Amino acid sequence: MAEMSFRDALRLTLREELLADEKVILMGEDIGAYGGSYSVTKGLLEEFGEERIMDTPISESVVVGCGIGAAMGGLRPMVELMTINFSLLAFDQIVNNAAKLSYMSAGQISVPMVIRMASGAGSQLSSQHSHSLEGWYAHIPGIKVAVPYTPRDARGLLKTAFDEQNPVIFIEHTALYARKGEVPDEDYAIPFGQAEVIREGTDVTLIGYSGSVYQALGAADILAESGHQAEVINLRTLRPLDVETIIASVSKTHRAVAVEDDWKFGGFAGEIAAIIMEEAFDELDGPVARVCGADVPIPYAKALEQAALPSPQQIADAALALF
Amino acid sequence: MTQLIDKPPAKELPSDQLIELLRKMMLIRRFETKAAEMYTKQKIAGFLHLYNGEEAVAVGAISAVNDDDHLLTHYRDHGHALARGVEPERIMAELFGKDTGVSRGRGGSMHLFDVEKSFMGGYAIVAGHLPLACGIALANQRLKNNRIVLCIFGDGAVNEGEFHEALNLAVVWKLPIIFMCENNFYGMGTDIRRVSAVIEVYKRAAAYAMPSKQVDGMNVLEMYDETLKAAERVRAGEGPSFLEAICFRFRGHSMSDPEFYRRKEETQRWRELDPIITFREKLTKDGIIDDDAFRSMEAEIEDVVNEAVRFADESPDPPPEALFTHVYKEDA
Repeated sequence: MAEMSFRDALRLTLREELLADEKVILMGEDIGAYGGSYSVTKGLLEEFGEERIMDTPISESVVVGCGIGAAMGGLRPMVELMTINFSLLAFDQIVNNAAKLSYMSAGQISVPMVIRMASGAGSQLSSQHSHSLEGWYAHIPGIKVAVPYTPRDARGLLKTAFDEQNPVIFIEHTALYARKGEVPDEDYAIPFGQAEVIREGTDVTLIGYSGSVYQALGAADILAESGHQAEVINLRTLRPLDVETIIASVSKTHRAVAVEDDWKFGGFAGEIAAIIMEEAFDELDGPVARVCGADVPIPYAKALEQAALPSPQQIADAALALF
Repeated sequence: MTQLIDKPPAKELPSDQLIELLRKMMLIRRFETKAAEMYTKQKIAGFLHLYNGEEAVAVGAISAVNDDDHLLTHYRDHGHALARGVEPERIMAELFGKDTGVSRGRGGSMHLFDVEKSFMGGYAIVAGHLPLACGIALANQRLKNNRIVLCIFGDGAVNEGEFHEALNLAVVWKLPIIFMCENNFYGMGTDIRRVSAVIEVYKRAAAYAMPSKQVDGMNVLEMYDETLKAAERVRAGEGPSFLEAICFRFRGHSMSDPEFYRRKEETQRWRELDPIITFREKLTKDGIIDDDAFRSMEAEIEDVVNEAVRFADESPDPPPEALFTHVYKEDA
């Protein structure tokens, strides 16, 4: 086991993929000479050269579309988008091409590519750099959505993403990049659709993904002070979703709180609530609670930004209301 | 389908290959006219965009590139698929929504795919396939496989952001692509003169330092020659080229178009330039084809198209239990 940051775990994995397969190319804005806006790709240009590590114009749509085409043409591209907020400029390429080409062509075409993007608020970057739109991507059949929380997740899920034959949206919460954690020394991959019970408990299930797992763990500490043992689930992927682990936990605790930074209305937490209702209605002692980002554009001022995001106390309060 | 192996310039094309160009244009015309008939009989549903009038563009251009060069096009794609040699019966079956169609009934008229023939699809988000062309060309460049990309789109695509993003990137990375605009003057029902600051589309490529040229899209030999020249340059690694084919669609935008936006006289004027009639006249004048040969070719095409309809009609529907197949590619 080595301790390393989330960012270093990603870079280590990218480097390994570049070494293992010369068809792997990385494309994105400022990933080369600049080193990546979150330094994930730092040093790779120097090691692998401009043919493998390609700085692109600020043209998100053609960059993603070019990645899709490169995958169709036999390469193994990874495209980095600076943030999920900018990915909307490429949303058409992701939804109408990446996600649909296998189906529309009856399997003649496949799109094995990884699209990495940063997500999440907390750095006072205001409304056009701070949103968490994971639920929108999870809504789309034809793509897979990975949402790592730990450095171990980052490495293991990225490994799986590069083994995938389908387009993978790989979402990295900016607050996680510098966080450190144990990463196994040996080669490993974390399969998609396998959530992690990151803290065991018996009284209430807190379900989160990406950065919101941190808030859920904080809530579990608060709940423990009042004698309630919370179980915390780190989903790791939203599509495919590990329904089994969620239902097994809820069947044990009989209470559930879904947590996410993304907007509440029409969001993924609502999907989790609906699935629990469909699959385990009789196990529930109360309604599934949701603690999500406020339905506002994320504001700049620190006090407002913090008010817009789920806090451990809010999550704990939502859980306590179920007892 | 006869493959033009050596790709000589048009003036050196042997008679059989000239006749093949005519035959392909006639096949497209007959296929489209039959498809319209099948649409009115409700054998074909959804949108149906016919290629009548533009046959010289597809046949001239696609005959000038190699069979394994990648081809991407827009939703008015039957003509391009036929010119590439995709079997008429498998295209008709796709229009009929049958399991034997090229896309097994998932794509329909606007989304024909035949990857074995390097026909990488018809796309219905205007300009949405130009970025894909960049990527396939990038793969060809990296894999050094000597294949280029022919990317066809309409004049409606040139005001989309992706058009500009793709042209810029293709030049910056010297990608092996021929961008070919079929300028038929109408983006659906809107006259290009009403919505475009620059209506001579080929001039836009100059903004990206890309060689470009306007071509007579009603003349199959000119289309062939200019595409051949562009292909040679692109294949030599000199970066992308741009061609604007001036053409006209004789039918409405789709089957549901009453054509209120253009005058009948305009259509009539273009019909006098019919690429099939004019090319037949040229081949007759040059002593390459006579009336008997033409009529026997017509009869042969009639049989091919009728057979395509029979095949499509008798083919099974896709089974409902296959609804979820191919949403994801199964992992190896």
